[in-house]
Amino acid sequence: MEFVQQLINGISLGSIYALIALGYTMVYGIVKLINFAHGDVFMVGAFIGFYSISVFHLNFFLALLISMVACAIFGVVIERIAYKPLRNATRIAALITAIGVSLLIEYGTIYIRGAQIEAYPGNVIPDVTIKFFGVEVSSQSLFILGVSVLLMVCLQFIVHKTKIGKAMRAVSHDMDAARLMGINVDNTISATFAIGSALAGAAGVIFGMYYTSIDPLMGIIPGLKAFVAAVLGGIGIIPGAMVGGLVLGVIEALVSALGYSLWRDGVAFIVLILILIFRPSGLFGKNVREKV
Amino acid sequence: MSIVKQAKGFWASIVLAIVFSVVVQLLINGGQLNAFYVNTLFLIGINIILAVSLHLIIGITGQFSIGHAGFLAVGAYASAIITMKLQLPFGLALLVGGLAAAVAGLIIGIPSLRLKGDYLAIATLGFGEIVRIIFLNINYVGGASGMQVSHLTTWPWLIGCVIFSILVIVNFTNSTHGRACISIRENEIAADAMGINTTYYKVTAFAIGAFFAGIAGTLYAHNFYIIQPTNFGFLKSFDILIFVVLGGLGSMSGAVIAAILLTIISTYLQDYPETRMIIYSLVLIVMMLYRPQGLMGTKEITSLFKGRKSVKGGVQDESKHTVA
Repeated sequence: MEFVQQLINGISLGSIYALIALGYTMVYGIVKLINFAHGDVFMVGAFIGFYSISVFHLNFFLALLISMVACAIFGVVIERIAYKPLRNATRIAALITAIGVSLLIEYGTIYIRGAQIEAYPGNVIPDVTIKFFGVEVSSQSLFILGVSVLLMVCLQFIVHKTKIGKAMRAVSHDMDAARLMGINVDNTISATFAIGSALAGAAGVIFGMYYTSIDPLMGIIPGLKAFVAAVLGGIGIIPGAMVGGLVLGVIEALVSALGYSLWRDGVAFIVLILILIFRPSGLFGKNVREKV
Repeated sequence: MSIVKQAKGFWASIVLAIVFSVVVQLLINGGQLNAFYVNTLFLIGINIILAVSLHLIIGITGQFSIGHAGFLAVGAYASAIITMKLQLPFGLALLVGGLAAAVAGLIIGIPSLRLKGDYLAIATLGFGEIVRIIFLNINYVGGASGMQVSHLTTWPWLIGCVIFSILVIVNFTNSTHGRACISIRENEIAADAMGINTTYYKVTAFAIGAFFAGIAGTLYAHNFYIIQPTNFGFLKSFDILIFVVLGGLGSMSGAVIAAILLTIISTYLQDYPETRMIIYSLVLIVMMLYRPQGLMGTKEITSLFKGRKSVKGGVQDESKHTVA
C-alpha cells in the first residue's frame, strides 16, 4: 500500500509539473521559444497567492484567481517588452533574452523583498486523511489533482472550442498563412502567453500550499523539470505536456520511495537526456524531417 | 596577408604577453599590488580561460552549450582529488583536470550529434545539473559541505595557462579544423554537403572547450581554498555565457574583453550580489534587443588596426550574421 500512496503523491506533484509544462509547450508551439522566464512566473504566482492569503486574508479560491489574472498580465507584459521585438531575430538571441528575463525576475524579486523564505499559511485547505481500500490519501493531494484537472479541462475547452483557441492552433500550424487569413497574430501570441502564465500562476499557488515554503529562487528547478515534462510529452503538444508532467512526477516519487531522494533532481535531467537521444520528438510527437 | 607578417604579429604578441606577466610577477613580489588586486587579477585570468573555451564551442562551432559550469566542476574536483587525496604535484593536477573535463566533453558531445539549437542548450544545462548532483552525492569529495583545497595557483601557472589556452584556440580557429567548425556554425547542412565530417568537428570542439574549462576549474579550485557543488550551479554557466554573448558570438577578443570588464564590475559589486545579477540580466536583454551581435560582432580586435582592404567577400552585413 506504501507503493500506491507514493504513486498518488507522484501524481499530485506531476499535476503541478503538468500545469507549468502546459505554458512551456503552448509558447514553444507558437513562437518556437523556450520561455526560461516561465518558472519565474510560477514563482511570482506563488508570491501573489501568498500575499493575498496572508496579508489580505482572502480565501484560497479568490487567491488562486487573483494570482492567475496577475500572472496572465505579467506574462503578456514580458512578451510585449522582451520577446516581441525579437520575433524575427535568431532563435539563440531569443533564448538568451529569455535567460536574461528569468534572471531579472528572480533577482528583481530578491531586490524588492529580500531572499528570505516565506511560509505559506497551512490551514487554507483542511488536511484530512481519507482512507479507502486501505490506502491513506491526504485531502490536499486529491484537491491538487482536482484543481489541476479542472484547469486542464478548461484549457482543452479554450483551445478546441473557442475562436481564440482556433486562432492559436492556426498560428502554431503556420504563422504566415494564419496572418494571410486575417488572424491577428500578435494578439494570439499574447493570448497564448496569458493563458500559459495563468496556469503557471495557479501552479505556484498550489505548489506553495502543498510544500508550504516559497522563496524567490523556487521557480528554477520546477521550471526546468516542467520543461523536461514538456519535452518528454513532445514539445508543442498539449496532451503531451499533461502526460509528461504526470509521468515525471510519478518517476520522481518512485525514486524517492526507493530511498534515493537525494538523486531526485538528477533523475529528471537523466530522463531529459535519454528522451532527447532516443526519441527527440517526445512520446506523442511525430518525427518531422528537416527540409533544406 | 603574408605568412611572414602573420608570424611577426604572433611573436610580437607572445613577447608582449611575457613582458606583461614578468612585470606583474615583479609587482606582486615587490608588494605594489595588494591582495585585492592580485585576487581580481587571478579571477580575470580564470574567467578569460573560461570565456575563451566557451567561445570555441558557441562562437566558433555554433553549438549553444549552457552547461559549461559542469566542465568547470569536473576539472575542479578531478584536480582536487589529485593534489589533496593523492598528494601529487599541481602540474599533474592541471593535466588531469583538463583531461577529465575533456572526457566529460566527449560524453556530452555525443548526444549533441542529434540535437540542435535550443534542444542542445537544454541538454547541456541538464548535463551541468547532473554533474553538480553527482558531486553533491559523493561523500569521497565531501558532498554538500565541499572539499578543502590548498592554495596552489600561482601567477606563473595562471598566466601560462591563459596564454596557452588563447594560443591553442586562436591557432585552432585559423586552421583547417577551425574553418570546418565555422562552416558548421554558418550552415550545418551545407557543411555536410561539402564533405565536412560535422560529427567529428562538433565533438572535437566540445572536447577542446571542455579541456580548457577543466584547466580553469583546476586553477579555480586551487585559488579559493574550498570547492562546493553550489559553486557550479547554472548561475555559474550563465556567468560564462554572458562573457561570450557580450563580447560577440564569434569574436575571441570580444570574449576576453567582456571577461575582463565583467570580472572587474562584479568584484566591485561583490557586496551587492542582487544588483550584480540585475545588471547582468539587463545587459543580456538590452544587448539582444539592440545589438544582438555583441560588442565586437565576429570581428577580432586585431582587425581594427588593419585597413578596410582586409575584409574579404562573404557576408558583409553583420546584422545578418547568424549563429546556430
